[in-house]
Amino acid sequence: MKTIRIGSGAGYAGDRLEPSLELIEKGNLDYISYECLAERTIAIGQQAKLKDPTKGYNSLLEYRMKRALPLCWKYGVKLITNMGAANPQAAARKCVEIARKHGLIGMKIACVTGDDLLPVIEKYMDTEVWETHAPLSELPGEIVSANAYMGVEGILQALKQGADVVITGRVADPAIFMAPVIHEFGWDLDDWDKLGKGTMMGHLLECGGQVTGGYFAEPGKKDVPGLGHLGFPIVEIAEDGSFFVTKVPEAGGMVTKETCSEQICYEIHDPENYLTPDVIANFKQVRFTEVGKDKVKVEGATGKPKTGTLKCSIGYKDCFIGDGEISYGGPGCLNRAKLALDILKERLELVAPGQFDEMKYDLIGCNSLYWNPNYRYEEPSEVRVRIAGRARTKEIADLIPNEVEALYTNGPAGGCGAVKRTREIVSVASILVDRNDVKPVVELLEV
Amino acid sequence: MKLWEIAHSRTGDKGNISNISLIAYDPKDFDLLREKVTAERVKAHFAGIVKGNVVRYELPNIQALNFVLYDALGGGVTRSLSLDMHGKGLSSYLLDMEI
Repeated sequence: MKTIRIGSGAGYAGDRLEPSLELIEKGNLDYISYECLAERTIAIGQQAKLKDPTKGYNSLLEYRMKRALPLCWKYGVKLITNMGAANPQAAARKCVEIARKHGLIGMKIACVTGDDLLPVIEKYMDTEVWETHAPLSELPGEIVSANAYMGVEGILQALKQGADVVITGRVADPAIFMAPVIHEFGWDLDDWDKLGKGTMMGHLLECGGQVTGGYFAEPGKKDVPGLGHLGFPIVEIAEDGSFFVTKVPEAGGMVTKETCSEQICYEIHDPENYLTPDVIANFKQVRFTEVGKDKVKVEGATGKPKTGTLKCSIGYKDCFIGDGEISYGGPGCLNRAKLALDILKERLELVAPGQFDEMKYDLIGCNSLYWNPNYRYEEPSEVRVRIAGRARTKEIADLIPNEVEALYTNGPAGGCGAVKRTREIVSVASILVDRNDVKPVVELLEV
Repeated sequence: MKLWEIAHSRTGDKGNISNISLIAYDPKDFDLLREKVTAERVKAHFAGIVKGNVVRYELPNIQALNFVLYDALGGGVTRSLSLDMHGKGLSSYLLDMEI
């Protein structure tokens, strides 16, 4: 039976580069896909594009592509990525420039657009927002981006036209891994069980090292070899949708039933109904079998027909968050830290009464991760005070970190290592849109 | 004993919803997890953090439970005031539960 091999080149926007280069060189791959687009990243990219129409794509695109493209060309590996973010067209042009510089004459680079619904956002003003249960028109801040999660169609069109590199904006994460499988095997887009298997494959690959031993180690209980040179995953998949997960033998990390189990559950809700633009996948009966060292066979996924709607992420200007931190150490440090929090509460009420929408007061080392007031903790040898608050304007938000810093000369004894910052917050809300409103557009460029 | 002794866990986030897996190292312990670690028990354990419902799902062939915690991330990663905006550390807190 025909098989193909797909590597995962990145699990998030800022991921390590060299594991992907190792995969292209030594993984005997047909395709490599880089997943680099978190929910909010595209909203920030959209703002960059507004300021400069040649920007708005992943900031590491050039850094990655000048190493990856020549290697892909040499080893005959096709590359798919959502690094186009808010501007796949500009990203594709940048890739052409890089490929030309490296003499990759004849390389075909495609971009897929059509996910951007900002130009027609007025049409959805009465649509209910998931998070607020209110119409989109009632979002509290200016809308700066609207991107629908597209499925495999655009990437398939690009591959059919002979693209060696496909650059997208917002598509569902599993789609950038599943599209080449559909393309190579000629799967029907209503063969739901196969698409369920392809989605499970994509889901296991989309977070890079998280399935090869990254984000897994627990010394003494779950030891992982070679995390300093962690290898990224490879899937070898057959025409019938059966596949195994593995890695390059000399790379660090490991592929076991346990690493696969943690990743299959990652960011899913109901395992019987994992909704994607291409299929409703069912992972409930998934089984893992270790068939060799660092080689896990995956079976049991199925699928059901896709829904008539697509999720669309809306980025909007939400608020400003100011936060500040300062440390206390040695005997009595916990009492000094608590005194610092009391002082901060009094000060903020004094300088800006009623101006903060929400505040959070933490003692890092004691209670910052788990908000349970009953959680037990012992007196630490040092403790870090942290406060964060939300305000409508930067001027008001700035007061929070400034008051933390002012504890140097006005607060308890021995305060040290203060830091402060204020951020403008672009938040993300979600709506559903009719899938017929979203049409992928492919543009093919040749080097 | 603590769940940490017999199970491992990973947290994911989508918007203001957290999901936490709980996977038995030994398949023999899966029934114990199903019996002891109910959705209600998890909701109580995360008092102060989770404002909404907790729903439990099962993946029996890999001896895993998957807990979905609604309204659990201070508004979600984009606007949370928490140091851990994603709630990625919540898995370690689940493993601290005594059964």
